[in-house]
Amino acid sequence: MGKAMNHREGSVMVLGGGIAGIQAALDLTELGYYVYLVEKSPAVGGVMAQLDKTFPTNDCSL
Amino acid sequence: MLTNADFLALAGEPGKFQAKINMRPRYIDADACTACGLCTQYCPKHQVDDYNEGLALTRPIHIDYAQAVPATYYIDPASCLHLQHDTCQICVPVCQSHAINFKQQPEERILEVGAVILSPGFGKIDTKVLEKFSYGKHPDVVTAFEYERMTTASGPFMGEIKCFSDGRHPRSMAFIQCVGSRDIGCNNGYCSSVCCMYAIKEALVTKEHDPEVDITIYYMDIRTQGKDFDAARERAEAIGIKFVRARVAGVTPWDKSLKLTYSTFDGQHKFVSHDLVVLSVGLESPKDAAKISQLTGVALNKYDFCATETFQPLQTSREGIIVAGAFQGPKDIPESVTQSSGAAALAAAVLRDQRGKGVVLKTYPDEQQVTPDDEVRVGVFVCHCGINISSVVDVADVAKYAGGMEGVTYYTESLYSCSQDAQEVLKQKIKEHKLNRVVIAACSPRTHEPLFQETLKDAGLNRNLFEMVNIRDQCSWVHANEPAAATDKSRDLVRMAVAKARHIQPLAEQTVPVTPRALILGGGVAGMTAALTLADQGYPSVLVEQGAQIGGNLQNLNYTLAGDQVAQHLKGLVDRIKKSKEIEVITNAELLQTAGFVGNFSSIIESGKGKTKKEQTVDHGVIVVATGGHEHRPDKYLLGQSKKVMTQMEFEKQLTGRAKNRAPGSIVMIQCAGSRGDDLSYCSKVCCNHALKNILKVKAINPDSQIIVLYRDMRAYGMAEDAYLEARKMGVVFIPYEVDRKPEVSQKSHQVQVSFFDSIMQEEVIMAPDLVVLSVGIVPDGTEKLSKLLKLPVTANNFFLEAHVKLRPVEMAVSGVYVCGLAHGPKPVDETIVQAQAAAAKAAIPLVKGFVTVDPIISCVDQDQCIGCGLCTSLCPYGAIEMKKVDKKRKAETITASCKACGICASHCPTFAISMGGFTNEQLISQIEAFGDRPKDMVEVA
Repeated sequence: MGKAMNHREGSVMVLGGGIAGIQAALDLTELGYYVYLVEKSPAVGGVMAQLDKTFPTNDCSL
Repeated sequence: MLTNADFLALAGEPGKFQAKINMRPRYIDADACTACGLCTQYCPKHQVDDYNEGLALTRPIHIDYAQAVPATYYIDPASCLHLQHDTCQICVPVCQSHAINFKQQPEERILEVGAVILSPGFGKIDTKVLEKFSYGKHPDVVTAFEYERMTTASGPFMGEIKCFSDGRHPRSMAFIQCVGSRDIGCNNGYCSSVCCMYAIKEALVTKEHDPEVDITIYYMDIRTQGKDFDAARERAEAIGIKFVRARVAGVTPWDKSLKLTYSTFDGQHKFVSHDLVVLSVGLESPKDAAKISQLTGVALNKYDFCATETFQPLQTSREGIIVAGAFQGPKDIPESVTQSSGAAALAAAVLRDQRGKGVVLKTYPDEQQVTPDDEVRVGVFVCHCGINISSVVDVADVAKYAGGMEGVTYYTESLYSCSQDAQEVLKQKIKEHKLNRVVIAACSPRTHEPLFQETLKDAGLNRNLFEMVNIRDQCSWVHANEPAAATDKSRDLVRMAVAKARHIQPLAEQTVPVTPRALILGGGVAGMTAALTLADQGYPSVLVEQGAQIGGNLQNLNYTLAGDQVAQHLKGLVDRIKKSKEIEVITNAELLQTAGFVGNFSSIIESGKGKTKKEQTVDHGVIVVATGGHEHRPDKYLLGQSKKVMTQMEFEKQLTGRAKNRAPGSIVMIQCAGSRGDDLSYCSKVCCNHALKNILKVKAINPDSQIIVLYRDMRAYGMAEDAYLEARKMGVVFIPYEVDRKPEVSQKSHQVQVSFFDSIMQEEVIMAPDLVVLSVGIVPDGTEKLSKLLKLPVTANNFFLEAHVKLRPVEMAVSGVYVCGLAHGPKPVDETIVQAQAAAAKAAIPLVKGFVTVDPIISCVDQDQCIGCGLCTSLCPYGAIEMKKVDKKRKAETITASCKACGICASHCPTFAISMGGFTNEQLISQIEAFGDRPKDMVEVA
């Protein structure tokens, strides 16, 4: 993703690749838009990727 | 996906923004890196591992965690010996795929985008604030983020909880709530809204690790106001986690342990020792909030979170820029996910005319033909899941065992089968060994089957040529203390899966076109917002309202805590609905019947009364359920019997009226009247803030009014905490009551009397206020009837149950049906609006696509064997089998798109004429037979 060109019609920039940014990006692609997901760290996932389990069901968060 | 990228500037206008991005070098060629990890092993320099909250060491060249996306290593230029001192370069020759490239330079890019979504997350509390708790001075004081890494099985201590001071296992632990939140000392007056939940979660996880450890949570209010969150708190209390209502003044080192000093509500000062102290640190605005604001021009609120309005919760102060997640205000995962979907809908509305112009469709290679005559070539992949499986199950043994089975041409093990590099390996092995069946023994197919099936498709295999074995939940988790038995069971399960896999065949996928219209049930703020959000994206909807006019509960509200005039906003919404060409409103209407399936529903709507009563049929592709709720009126506290007792909603109406004595001189408010374990088992989330809103209104009208609030936990979460503080500053008295000592209201001649135990003065008090206001809960409207009609699941409390609490918060288990507003659970107006926008985003997805794909695992009738008895038709809960005349004989036939693959028909068919795709009798019998084939040398375990 994102290698080809910088001028695409119908594209959205999502700033921040945590759970919020990822979900927004996924929904936008399904809605028919091209997304640039811009994340300052080397990997997406944000804080949720650091969590062990999640409340209240204690599911694995990865 | 642009990682390692800094946002530098934004120019232009909505529809035509130019964003400048600086891509920092990774110094590793992402295309070449195979994420093998050799470089990290050879890198000579150590550095602190930020991913593990500084609790472990890593090297400058590393990857944060095995499942990281992209699965490419990177070099931290701040500590790399070559980049800092021009030495070393050991990694360069070590890398087998020549991926290391120190010549990479930063690259600036200009992105032309139509809209921007800001989701930069949250920042962390300054460690200075934590010093009074001896953080940084004593190693056994940790933040909850650090503690999260400590309890994680794949974390630096593999889940073993130890004190850093001497490595002993803590016997007693404390969680201190509200560290860096609800604290004007550090300028964070707001409540972070998540810490109560994560503290309870971490406490429960700790108890799982070690049931003997003594845990105390020190809190001011436990704010588990989310849907079904109170249940977790009760669970925690039931297993012996202690909750102490106290503000902790400080923590000091004391001999080998830590001394906690705290004051309780009745004014006592106490101290107690604990081995380990966890600080429940709050969420702050992101560190670069000011910079983002400066670059984009969006306004911030006084706490540096993005400023938004109650009725436009995701819209920033700048058009075309939308906010989602914790930058909008501290929030948990489900709400962040909901906001993101809502934000996607708003961005889609900005770019309505450009939809579909920039997308690249994913293509798959041609599917390899697999026929029953082909040689069966099974590949078995056994996953370690880090140590999640391998710490109990002997993974190598299971893999090797699988290798010896009939039809298995390849077997291997992998550290994380779900990681991106493992998908590449899977594809490569399928090709290399000409595999035509894949068995993966790993975690739950519920979460990971789609991922692996996608990889199969990428490798040119039909996605049904796949079997998954859950050796995590069913072996390593449930038999954690019996490694030998768990390994044997894993072997059994793998043997059974391979036996089944030998018989599986490819199944064709079908697509069905979609009717591009939504049916929205309920004309309150949720339904109206959903309809408008869909209209903004260009999709028509039919809005069905039970009452005579649209507006719902907004019609009974007058103002919000933030000071908005509700009537004005309601009029705005109603006017937009009326003007919209895309929205048809049917009032006095009810849904009678719905048939069909996602993309192709057909519903009968009854509307009007008496002579004007009529029925109409609406064809639609999706359904948004926004049927709302209403105030619960408990038969308690003289409600309905005395004029001096009313609900907050009634009081709000009185306050906005003109009556002279509308804000009387003495008022007692009783929170949780009928809620949280009374008539209603749950917390209704809005009542505390509703009380605060009315209190501030009373004080504005009559500053001398004496108000006492009897409460259990004041759940003024988020920015509402400011209102709570303001009320207290104005002299409003808040007195907590215990559930076994509830206040009582009685009638004495013309007066109402409230008697309660004053937990601050420690004595029984009797008062005769001018008015008693009850904060009552919210109950859903008509969910029972609708749940039967649409076959939608509800919770124990009769709210609709979403498909997944965190990952699919507005979708229902039935495809094509979405939920928002009070029908989903009690929530305030702003959260309802976001949820409705999210539901509209999700509902638009099938409408945008124009077709739906039908899962091939459905029932299929062999008409030669069918005797036309019709048993299946009468049993099918989805109306998905119909009887047809074929050559003058009655035969059953599956309506493929309606079938949910439950298998009831197949299991009842007297002639075995019905089989389920992917679960044929032949496949299941061979699987069962394989269970009996356990080799004799395996130890029998009772």
